[in-house]
Amino acid sequence: MTQVSSVDLNSKIPNNVGLSDDPKLRRALEKWLPEYLEWWGDMGPSDFYDKPVFLRTAVSVTRDGWAHYDYVKMPEYRWGIFLAPPKGELTVKCGDEAGRPAWTEVPGEHRNALRRIIVTQADTEPASVEQQRLLGHTAPSLYDLRNLFQVNVEEGRHLWAMVYLLHKHFGRDGRDEAEELLRRRSGDPDKPRILGAFNQPCDHWLSFFAFTMFTDRDGKYQLAALAESGFAPLALSTQFMLTEEAHHLFVGETGLDRIIRRSAELQALDPNGDVRAQGGIDFDLIQRTINYWFSYSLDLFGGEISNNASDFFASGLKGRYREDKYEDHKALSGTYRLPVVEGGRLVEKDVPLRHAMNEVLRDAYVADCERALRKWNKTLEQMGSPTRLTLPSRRFHRHQGIYAGHFFDPEGNLISEETFEKNRRRWLLTPEDNDYLLSIMKPVYEPGKFANWIAPPKRGIEGKPIDFEYVKMHD
Amino acid sequence: MDQPSATNATQTFDPVEFETEPARYRHFRVTYDGPIATVTMDVDPSACIRPGYELKLNSYDLGVDIELADIVRRMRFEHPEVRVVVITSGNDRVFCAGANINMLGSSSHAWKVNFCKFTNETRCEIEDATAHSGQVYVAACNGTTAGGGYELALACKEIYLQDDGNSAVSLPEVPLLGVLPGTGGLTRLSDKRKVRRDLADVFCTTAEGVRGKKAVKWRLVDAVFPRSKFAEKVRARAEALAKEAAEGLPGGTRKPVILPPLAPEVTATSRTYRHVTLTWDDDARTATLTIAGPSEDDVALVERGGEALLEAGADLWALRAFRELDDALLHLRLNHMEVGLVLVRATGDPARTIRHDAALAACRDHWFGREVILHMARVLRRYDNTSRSFFALGDAGTAFAGCLFELALGADRFYLLDDPDQPVHVGLSALSFGALPMHHGMTRLSAHFYGEPESLEALADDTSLKTPEEADEAGLVTVLLDDIDWEDDTRVAIEERVSLSPDALTGMEQNLRFPGPETMDSKIYARLSAWQNWIFIRPNATGPQGALSLYGRPERPRFDWQRV
Ligand SMILES: [Fe+2]
Ligand SMILES: [Fe+2]
Repeated sequence: MTQVSSVDLNSKIPNNVGLSDDPKLRRALEKWLPEYLEWWGDMGPSDFYDKPVFLRTAVSVTRDGWAHYDYVKMPEYRWGIFLAPPKGELTVKCGDEAGRPAWTEVPGEHRNALRRIIVTQADTEPASVEQQRLLGHTAPSLYDLRNLFQVNVEEGRHLWAMVYLLHKHFGRDGRDEAEELLRRRSGDPDKPRILGAFNQPCDHWLSFFAFTMFTDRDGKYQLAALAESGFAPLALSTQFMLTEEAHHLFVGETGLDRIIRRSAELQALDPNGDVRAQGGIDFDLIQRTINYWFSYSLDLFGGEISNNASDFFASGLKGRYREDKYEDHKALSGTYRLPVVEGGRLVEKDVPLRHAMNEVLRDAYVADCERALRKWNKTLEQMGSPTRLTLPSRRFHRHQGIYAGHFFDPEGNLISEETFEKNRRRWLLTPEDNDYLLSIMKPVYEPGKFANWIAPPKRGIEGKPIDFEYVKMHD
Repeated sequence: MDQPSATNATQTFDPVEFETEPARYRHFRVTYDGPIATVTMDVDPSACIRPGYELKLNSYDLGVDIELADIVRRMRFEHPEVRVVVITSGNDRVFCAGANINMLGSSSHAWKVNFCKFTNETRCEIEDATAHSGQVYVAACNGTTAGGGYELALACKEIYLQDDGNSAVSLPEVPLLGVLPGTGGLTRLSDKRKVRRDLADVFCTTAEGVRGKKAVKWRLVDAVFPRSKFAEKVRARAEALAKEAAEGLPGGTRKPVILPPLAPEVTATSRTYRHVTLTWDDDARTATLTIAGPSEDDVALVERGGEALLEAGADLWALRAFRELDDALLHLRLNHMEVGLVLVRATGDPARTIRHDAALAACRDHWFGREVILHMARVLRRYDNTSRSFFALGDAGTAFAGCLFELALGADRFYLLDDPDQPVHVGLSALSFGALPMHHGMTRLSAHFYGEPESLEALADDTSLKTPEEADEAGLVTVLLDDIDWEDDTRVAIEERVSLSPDALTGMEQNLRFPGPETMDSKIYARLSAWQNWIFIRPNATGPQGALSLYGRPERPRFDWQRV
């Protein structure tokens, strides 16, 4: 990819940020775009770049513009830059300055904190593309293949959205950070992605669905908290990203639901109720997957008691989930009670509410995950299966925060390291699980056909039938 | 608000003891592999020296630093084969997060100041070992290196940082805490690593710091290595440095000299060591520090040369007496805050001490002889840096000579008795003319005569024993008193001294003790620490709305914007 002229650039990048009138921004993006395309070529799902995919592209923020469907070859996907149209006067939503007009430019005082927030969020977007780059080879259907690619291109666009903020508002530092975003690699010991879950391998579809269910859902809550930011460009950018993120969560939640549905069918079908004997995914393995990805995703919220969380909230940079539902936006006097490990046992402790903002956000997330679990158990009930799935305690298997370094069982009881290690294979994904899953995951590229281990969806995409050719594998 | 808090008021706790030994370390592991030692910092969060905080993320308090100081000291005596000391972290993500902020936030001013001084002295000792003992310190920063963590790295000769897209070096004190990187950070940035001052300005106001290639380009670190090759690359560099450091070392059998505990006898008003006695009178706010000079056997031993010294090991007078002096000074500093004036006495036979020093100076080509002298010099620098008034009292039976005359020269005043019936002799020795430099590089003698070069010239290489009159004539005495005046005049002087403002005295003494030029070391104490100690008492740091007070709390700091 060589130089892109500015005329090209403006037509290539659908936007509502006045790109054509902003030479400084254009110059920054012109330099970054070829590097981005090179990264996308190296680390995206490149084996499928010659296949037309039925994709949604956001071309404007109007109701019909944000979801424009057509066949696109992924290298030609148009990654746009959109800010949600502001609803009324924008204000700082939380913290010491709650109620004041929002900042349209970065306040110097908060520059470093904002940059850090944006870079941390941005880093997750390309990371997930890297984690998922080979999954196309084992897709259970064209429908799922298309959803995978939809998620991939939109994560790419989310990176764009964040890079736009870095380029537009953070000068040279911002440009440097934008380049670094293309240099880190998921799982690379030398240049890892910033957050742990984004360095975990995601090499089969059970993990993909769990990832989009649990890890993308962390993303949703992070974006929702940033959508409350007093820095207007960040708030509006993340609001628009949320509309896309909803689809990713849908893919994950329904993907797992379809696996559960199919496993229940196979359970009923097998004389011994042995799902594996029927080539399906047994419920213990599904439970281990839930345990694994849920716990890694909880880590993404950061420490339970956090100075950073307090600072971000106090400065109005990051709010709570749906901040407007709260009465008191300063949260200066309240406390939050949580169990902490002290002297080898769990005791309840009150911490200043501001310091517990990560935990407050995690509460909303956990409640949402519990809702999904209830739904899946409903499916099991409807299918006549005796099995029920559970969400582990938020203390289980943590690598960040106050529970890291201690050992808990999935119910949240404090246990010894020895007991944990003895049960690890019962509670968490094992290498043998991966081997088994890879052995049953053979690609199914025939329209309307689905792999044996997953049920078809209830309906297709954008009103298309289930047997629609979502990805044209043969031109 | 509870500032300053009483958490660390010493009277509510056991006194701090500065002696420790490897078997008692809670925060470090030291491994030895031929000429390379590896010091792995892995701070036990629950093992704090005072309650009320947790030592998370390899952050440190005085207790951690006491161990580090012990490691550095023992390395020189107990591991003379070591040429390179690699400091690294046992923590997964963090090299060292610096001084524990909650500890600082909840400490009294005096505790903070003493903590900072002690940590500064340890870092200067690291540099002293690198420069003079052929023990080169290397920082292997295998994770986030923040604040005091980076200052520890700065004390090392070379700094290597892991390049993983995340690990950064930083000095976030100004933007996050409203205080300074006061453990030498600012000074070493500009004077040692010679970081361009404008870039240093950017660096010191960017809380998250600088990582990767930029850190190299700005000279903040010497190189960055990828995570997977980090240990291997640091090792290779350490091996090369060990070869370099082995060149031109002093001779002698490199046999370890183990430092046993000093085990002083302690009462409510005294600490009695083998050669040193410290007594204190809390009501009078005075203490008396007495150090006994070498015996005839001690001198005979030293005269047999370096290998004989080595045989004597830690029992050698010059090592033992100065270790005791060091411990007594530290004890005084932290556990007797209200003692304002220390009366110093040296006893023994002055002629003998001068002979002792001559023999010891002749052992300088032996590694152990050299270490003993370097150690004496460090202890005397601790003495110069102690924020108490020192009056050396040369009354009947005292023997301020040679290395012990340094205590008179380092004191704020030297009173000498002039009584023909009980002549008190004093004198310089082979160690008076450069072997025991102060922090700012001068000898105490040349600092004493900064404005009288001719007096200094007249004493050049003069190691003769002097009568009180001769000493006074030479300009070595502050006040010469006959036996009729002695009692009254010294009593009045002492009473007057303890009545003056302790703050003003500290400031005055620290200014007057160091005439002449500055070095990097002296700037750390005189400039950086002085500013830091001022900032520590300012409301913008430690007031109820100050940045240090509010760190870790839900409220954000409010500054008084007036530039003072
Ligand atoms: Fe995303
Ligand atoms: Fe997503």
